Amino acid sequence: MNEFLLVFRGEYQAMPQGDPEEWRAMAKKWQDWIGGIAAQNKWVAAGQQLSPEGKVVRTNGVITDGPYTEIKETLIGYCTVRAESLENAAELAKGCPILTVGGNVEVREISAS
Amino acid sequence: MIEQQELIPYLYRTEYRKIVSVLCRHFGFDQIETAEDIAGDTFLAASETWALKGVPPNPAAWLYHVAKNKARNYLYRHALFENKIFPGLQSTAPGSYQEEIDLSPQNINDSQLQMMFAVCHPAISQEAQIGLSLRILCGFGIEEIAAAFLTNKETINKRLYRAKEKLRQEKIKIELPGPAEIDRRLEAAIAYWHTQKSDTQEKWENILQLYNQLLQIEYSPVAALNRTYALSKANGKEEAIVEAEKLNLAGNHFYYTLLGELYTGLNNRKAKQYFQKARSLAKTRADRQAIQKKIDRL
Repeated sequence: MNEFLLVFRGEYQAMPQGDPEEWRAMAKKWQDWIGGIAAQNKWVAAGQQLSPEGKVVRTNGVITDGPYTEIKETLIGYCTVRAESLENAAELAKGCPILTVGGNVEVREISAS
Repeated sequence: MIEQQELIPYLYRTEYRKIVSVLCRHFGFDQIETAEDIAGDTFLAASETWALKGVPPNPAAWLYHVAKNKARNYLYRHALFENKIFPGLQSTAPGSYQEEIDLSPQNINDSQLQMMFAVCHPAISQEAQIGLSLRILCGFGIEEIAAAFLTNKETINKRLYRAKEKLRQEKIKIELPGPAEIDRRLEAAIAYWHTQKSDTQEKWENILQLYNQLLQIEYSPVAALNRTYALSKANGKEEAIVEAEKLNLAGNHFYYTLLGELYTGLNNRKAKQYFQKARSLAKTRADRQAIQKKIDRL
């Protein structure tokens, strides 16, 4: 089996904001999804936490405030999993809770060195 | 509708540990006695006030409100004492009286998890670990713990006192330990929840989340099966069946037994097929007989 990177994209505004019940329900969804992958012995590692603020550096020294909040494709987080194929890895991603709040998951195979 | 005289012991079981855990996280573990005093005073206030004015509409929120105020008053007096008696002395207490005690669900959960690790620390004896867990995490009274250990109040009080002293000396901070140690602690925490006899949503949700964490650190087929069982209790059988079918533990008779259990009551034909498969794989006669019983009960 190979390792695959899962990149979660979405909107920070779509995540639960103040309500503790909403927050707890969402946290449970994430933990249950990850636990399900781990139970299949396919979990490798969680990504590091990212702060919502960011910057984008472009050519000619131009620096703008990021992330790309207007495109709703803000990088929210990432993780790595094991799977037999890209298709199977994508199947694992189907359960990701980011999908319930209008986000998406990009799946990329990590090349063996 | 729970009667008022039953309500406070009931709330004590569930809310005492939450308040103590949050206060310990805020003040530091070396202030555990203070945290317990504040929590105890809060319940005392509840029993006095509610007897006169009736039970408030949201009893847990009332308790948190009073605990926050008592904690703030304690910190204020502590700061006042240090400033008046020892002016210029830097307070070493982690929380100042201006900081709000955070009794949100998230902080309660985090604090309780940290408290579980702190009280199950290997520096103290197993009996002391259990005693502390029962007292701080379960909210059991000293008499009940004494009865469980077949001993008396004085022994339990001494044991708990020595355990807390030990933890203070070892300067145990309420922090999450490193990944290597977490395994053992998670298993202890899971075992602890299994000692809760009643089948509550809270119990199974906690066990599920502990297994979710354990599996991320270290996979094992047993943990995967147990996690799936806890999932069936917490989230329902349908979801657990979907997850179980992904486990791919062919050749493992416990796997087929679990599937049989999950299908029991939902699709007894499938349940029987899985139990029969399990029976054919079972290695001992005792196991085969146990599975046969499940088939007979369908």
